[in-house]
This record gives sequence, C-alpha cells and structure tokens, in this order.
Amino acid sequence: MDTFLQQIINGLTLGSIYALVALGYTMVYGILGLINFAHGEVVMIGALTALAVIKPLAGAGLPGPLALLAGAAVAILVCMALGFAIERVAYRPLRHAPRLAPLITAIGVSMVLQQLAMIIWGRNYHSFPALLPATPRELGGAQITDLQIMIVVVAILMMAGLALLVNRTRLGRAMRATAENPEIAGLMGVDANHIIALTFVIGSALAAVAGVMVSANYGIAHYNMGFILGLKAFTAAVLGGIGNLAGAMFGGILLGLIEALGAGYIGDLTGGFLGSDYQDVFAFFVLIVVLIFRPSGLMGEKVSERA
Amino acid sequence: MSSPGVPLLEVLNLEVSYGGIAALKGISFAVEEGEMVALIGANGAGKTSTLKALARLLPARGSIRFRGEELAALPSHALIGRGLALVPEGRGVFARLSVAENLSMGAYSRSDPAGIVADLERVHELLPRLYERRRQLAGTLSGGEQQMLALGRALMGRPKLLLLDEPSMGLAPLMVHQVFETIRAVAATGVTVLLVEQNARLALETASRGYVMESGRIILADSAALLLADPRVREAYLGE
Repeated sequence: MDTFLQQIINGLTLGSIYALVALGYTMVYGILGLINFAHGEVVMIGALTALAVIKPLAGAGLPGPLALLAGAAVAILVCMALGFAIERVAYRPLRHAPRLAPLITAIGVSMVLQQLAMIIWGRNYHSFPALLPATPRELGGAQITDLQIMIVVVAILMMAGLALLVNRTRLGRAMRATAENPEIAGLMGVDANHIIALTFVIGSALAAVAGVMVSANYGIAHYNMGFILGLKAFTAAVLGGIGNLAGAMFGGILLGLIEALGAGYIGDLTGGFLGSDYQDVFAFFVLIVVLIFRPSGLMGEKVSERA
Repeated sequence: MSSPGVPLLEVLNLEVSYGGIAALKGISFAVEEGEMVALIGANGAGKTSTLKALARLLPARGSIRFRGEELAALPSHALIGRGLALVPEGRGVFARLSVAENLSMGAYSRSDPAGIVADLERVHELLPRLYERRRQLAGTLSGGEQQMLALGRALMGRPKLLLLDEPSMGLAPLMVHQVFETIRAVAATGVTVLLVEQNARLALETASRGYVMESGRIILADSAALLLADPRVREAYLGE
C-alpha cells in the first residue's frame, strides 16, 4: 500500500471538514472581530441531530444515502436556527462591550451547549451507521471510500458556493462592505444586524454539514466531540489568516494534510518512539511555528489594519 | 414630496454630547430644496458632529425634519432610502472592494435596475476616472480619486440631500479644485448640498448660503456673499 498517497487522501478528507468549520470562525471574525468559541459545539449539535434523524430512518429501511441526506438537511436547519439564536442572545447584547466580554460569553455558550447535548443525548458515544457502501476503491495503490469522495466533493461545492455568494452577489458585497466598515455600509442602507445574523446562519450551516461528515467519517458522535474539532478548525483559520475566507479553506486543507502525513510517518521518523496517536499534537505544533514567523497567518493581512 | 414653504431639511435644537461634554448646544437651521449651504467654523466647532447627528451616527437630542418626516428616531441605514446621503470625513471608501463594487454599494438600497444603470452612466460621465479605474481596488486610488469615488458612490443612492464632510481634506490644491468643480456640477443637477468645510473661503465661494459655527453653536447665518464680506468672518476664518 502506498502510505503517502493514502495519507494524502485521508488528509484531504479531514482537511475538507476542517475547512468548512474554519470558514465559520473566519466569517464571524471578519465581520465582528470576535472568536465564536461556541462554533465547535454547533458542529457537535449538527452531528447529533443528524444522527437522531438518521437512526429511525435507516432503521425503517430507507436507503443509506437518502437517510444521510435527510439527516444532513435537518441538521442544517437546526444549526442555522442555533447560530441565529447564539448571535441574538449571546453576542448582540455585547456588541459594544469590551472585547473580553463576548469572549467569556462564547466560552459560556460553548459549555451550555455541551451540557444541553449531554442532557439530551447522554454521555455515551453513539455509533454513526455506515450509510454509504463501505468497500473502498483502489486508487494508485491507495484506497478511497465513497464517503471520502463525497466529503471532499460536497466540501468543494459548498466552498465554491460560498465564494460565489461572497464575491459575486449583492449580498456578498454588503457582507464584505460591512466587514470592512459597518458604519459606512450602514450609510449605504445595509442593516449590519441582518448581515451579522446571516453570517452566523451561513457559518452554522457549514458547521452542520461538517458535523455530519466528521461523524460519518469516524463512525462516532458524542456530546464532547465539538471541542477538539472546533479548536483545530480555529487553528486552521488562524493558520490561513483569520478573517480571510480563502485562508480558512487553505488552512483547513493544509492542516488536514499535515495531520494525516504526520500520523502516517511519525512512527518512522521517531523510530517508533511516538505513535500515530500523537497526530493532534501536529495541529498545534504547526500553529505555534506559523505564528512565530507569520503572526497574521499564511494568507492574512496585517491585523493592525483593522482600526 | 415637501409642500411649498417647508424646507427640505429643518433642524431644531440639535444637541450632541460626548461623555458629558456638549459638542452641539442646541443648534437650529434649515436647508431649502436645491440650494447649497456651507457650514464653516474652526476645528472642534461642531461641524462634523452636526453631519454625524443628521446621519444618525451619533445619538442626539432635538428634531431633524427631512421632507416632512422626523429622522431622529430612525436608524442610520434607513436614511439613504429616504434621500439623505453622507460623504464622511476621510471619504470612507471600501478599500478592499473594487471601484465598481463601491459604486454598486451606493445603490444598495435601490431596487430599480434600469435607474441604477442610468445613474452609473451619469456618474461615469461626471467622473470619468472612476470608469477607467472600475476594476481597481478602491484602496489603491489616490486621495483625490477616493474623494471622487465617495462622491460618486453617494450619488448612486440618488440622494435629495447630500451631506459633504470636509471634501478638501488632505488633497493637493489642484485636486481640491477638481473636487469642488464636481460638487458644483452635482449641485447644478438639482441635488441639495450641505457642505462642511475647514476651508471657509472655498466653501463660501461655492455655496449660496452659510452658517458659522463656534463652540457647538451657530453664531452667524447669512448669504455666502455677505458672510465673505463680514469683517468678523474675514478676521476669524479667512485669515485677514
């Protein structure tokens, strides 16, 4: 088996998921200058909601792909509503408060959502059923599953859709204008509250899809899954340059690749001293190195530009 | 819309304070449809605060009646749809949007595609530089070009009243001349203009009427010609 190609495939799959989640962090940061630390929990709620829909449907004999689609659709709707509510309840009242206040609130929201999920779904790990054919395809000495293909393709479609929305539509222009200067955008007739709410809603929809992908990929979902995933996606956003959409996509894919290759080769590199369970360390090691040499991220502009 | 005899803009007892310090101490003035009015005064006299209060960017007390409607309770983003546009101090172009995108942001509140296309042509005719540079990011324009873009962008909202805050600020003399030529051309198309300007002589030579502000109050109001001849104005603001 070709380890390198295999890890590239795994890395692209993982990276696609990171990229979708990282977009949510970077969009909110771009418009509010706020790190929405509750974003990872939105991913978790998306995964568990999808699972709650999928289990009875698949149990009733609905074909796997259809059940997956239905689960994802409900998860998207629930997460959009959740994102809207988080902004409205937790961040909007603090819009003009000192910067530390919404940060603390974000952590609070994150804890509330975790506890809520624990109450609803319990502390147990839930197995996520395999809904797509599990037999992998051969690809140049490596293996790729239908699920992996689907994850990468859907992620690419969603990112392309987002890029089109932001760069080519009237709404996207208003989003970019508001991110740059909300007061002036207001003079043009843009209601910043609408744009901000929309940003949370779009980011949450992407998070829901990522949640379904990650649980389908690992075959598992639980109330605590959002924390590390959120932290890594945040890392990806910072890696790419927070506030920059292309940066979040690039940072996500890059982080996925680094992690997968790291996990594939770390045993060889350290003579067996460190195993592939150290793959999480890579994300943060890379973050530290990048921040030392490029504090504003790989594709980021100077942070001080935002007055 | 406005009935005869009622000014386009009527401001009564406008007060603004920043953390307990009064920037506007109850000013009242009016702007008639079709005229250009200048607001002059020293730094800190309250000129910019006046425009910001009119554009609802600052909390203010008092009454702002525009085309017969009270604006004081409206949010800032509701104004352009009612015909009031502000070109802010420092221009405020969206640096990371292209020139064309900045102009279309100016028409954001409108839903008449044909009218927007016609106005875009008019703006390009008035400011040909903007057409040449339509694909460029606004942040790469010179200061004068950015001022032109800010002006063109405001016109894309098809305003009845244009509030201009320090359009000459930071521009080379030749550019100032061009910007003011454009402002005259805009006014000639029937847009009412309220102009705040540090350069009092230029403002009074351009406008038909003027108000002189000092420490948050209006201390003189007259035709521009009489203000230019007024010894108090000459001494304090025209450097004579």
